[in-house]
Amino acid sequence: MAATAQMTLEEIRRGLSWRKQLDKVFVLIGLVILFACLAILALLFLDLVRDGASRFGWSFFTSFPSRKAVNAGILSASVGTALMMFVTALVALPVGVAAAIYLEEYAPKNWFTGIIEINVTNLAGVPSIIYGLLALGLFVYQFGFGQSILTGGLTLALLILPIIIVATRESLRSVPKAIREAAYGLGATRWEVTKDHVLPYSTGGILTGLILGLSRAIGETAPIITIGALAFIAYLPPSPVTSEFPFLSFEWLMSGFTAMPIQMFNWVSRPDQAFQANAAAAGAILLGMTLAMNAVAIFIRYRFRKKINW
Amino acid sequence: MTQAKALASKGAFSSIRYRKNRDRIVELLLLTAGLVAVFTTAAIVFILVYESSAFFDHVSIRDFLTDTMWTPLFADARYGIMPLVAGTLTVTGVALLVAIPLGTIIAIYLSEFASHRLRETVKPVLELLGAVPTVVYGYFALLMVTPMLQKIWPELPGFNMLSAGLVIGLMIIPYVATVSEDAMRAVPRYMREGSYAMGATKLQTALRVVVPGAFSGLAAAYILGISRAVGETMVVAIAAGMQPNLTFNPTEPAATITAFIVQVSLGDLPHGSIGYQSIFAAGLVLMLFTLVFNVIGFFLTRRFREAY
Repeated sequence: MAATAQMTLEEIRRGLSWRKQLDKVFVLIGLVILFACLAILALLFLDLVRDGASRFGWSFFTSFPSRKAVNAGILSASVGTALMMFVTALVALPVGVAAAIYLEEYAPKNWFTGIIEINVTNLAGVPSIIYGLLALGLFVYQFGFGQSILTGGLTLALLILPIIIVATRESLRSVPKAIREAAYGLGATRWEVTKDHVLPYSTGGILTGLILGLSRAIGETAPIITIGALAFIAYLPPSPVTSEFPFLSFEWLMSGFTAMPIQMFNWVSRPDQAFQANAAAAGAILLGMTLAMNAVAIFIRYRFRKKINW
Repeated sequence: MTQAKALASKGAFSSIRYRKNRDRIVELLLLTAGLVAVFTTAAIVFILVYESSAFFDHVSIRDFLTDTMWTPLFADARYGIMPLVAGTLTVTGVALLVAIPLGTIIAIYLSEFASHRLRETVKPVLELLGAVPTVVYGYFALLMVTPMLQKIWPELPGFNMLSAGLVIGLMIIPYVATVSEDAMRAVPRYMREGSYAMGATKLQTALRVVVPGAFSGLAAAYILGISRAVGETMVVAIAAGMQPNLTFNPTEPAATITAFIVQVSLGDLPHGSIGYQSIFAAGLVLMLFTLVFNVIGFFLTRRFREAY
């Protein structure tokens, strides 16, 4: 106290302006770090495009992997990724949404519900390679699915389940209670309330969750490597549409496959420099798709938030 | 009356029973979907323990924890997990040295200084950093960061833990920043007002009132970041080499637990062999690591939510 009393006005002013300077310095540091992070992201993308530029072309998309870098392409990898994402979405969306509806609309508050909730939180933090080990032990060997598209799709579905559950729960929670009460007042059962009133309002949030989940799944490499998918696949899975009755075939589910991230990993880890251009081109496509999916998710979230006025 | 009778004869009342029964069936289906999460956890634990127990029939737990060599695929097989743990901890340490200071500064800036509009624009863009496929980050570490570091430091080997750690750090910045920012925003406004009333500047308030007030939330953010870094696979597998190496020196090549699992999976190991079982033992150790961190993080986040 005594020290402050002895400070002259001049000293107090100097101290104050010094402290205010520090504020400005911190703002500058914060901005620099923030934009450095964003700049690195942009740099990464541009560098991939530049390094892979020589490989972009029709033949890159229509060629199988090859021993020669110039002849190698991503045909089997992109088809494998697309089919796998199809299986993943088909499994993860219904299961994830159903689980979220149960937790948000039905579950009583008791220890049992608590266990489910802790499990969902915990699964979100499990490293993806552990899912790969689970799939290797369970799907590949116990269930005998082998190193197939089905195994890959199921693995990634389990991996993105927590993302879809959390996103769906959030959007269910944002539907006002009044809407539910009104439907109950007209004699609707709980499922009718959920199906006809709550779910339609939550479509935006659920869609965002699905897209974010798939954007995570599309780049996941470790679990797919762990189940033993190979990088060198020079054939396509059997077509899902056939010329004979019943015109649909599910043989592709059990087919061996490769995927975009594995293909890229394989090319990166080759000592031959020529393959690095292939890796860069595959990486640019992969990164571009991830960023585009995230952009779509952000856009949908923004649109729905703006459109709904309770 | 006649109307009610007509309805009854049409089966309107049995329709109520039908609707209620349908509700019960639907609830059961939804519950089953919810239980998938429990089954997944149970299956993970079961598979890891089951396959590792076969591994520990061959290898004593003592050797596993004390041996300094990890060479399960060689003729002279040694099964000491320590080199892999050392690699994992070193990479995680480097990643945290990047992510914690930068993530915290970004969080303080966004929570205390940035305008609402800037914050809402920048946050989703920042989160894109965490959405980049890890195999792309691996390419980045091996072919961009390492050559850049080699210009400053010519002796640096082509595979090293330093560039892998730096890139993982960059990758988990958004994770650390968003959780920390949420924690800081949960600090009530009146605590800031009190500080301003005492004549403190924004920076003083941020560092001496908001950061201590959000401490457990910040700790949770860091711990969740650690558990992400520990489980990261592709960056290390690509950029750090896959040689198990008992060292804490980040400029050396080494393998982590995750990189070892990838290395074994790339080969064609017969189901049931000791090499096959060894990846489950490694996975079990990894799972225990992340479980401990996740549990601590879970309780810390719960605490900071209930603090005020």
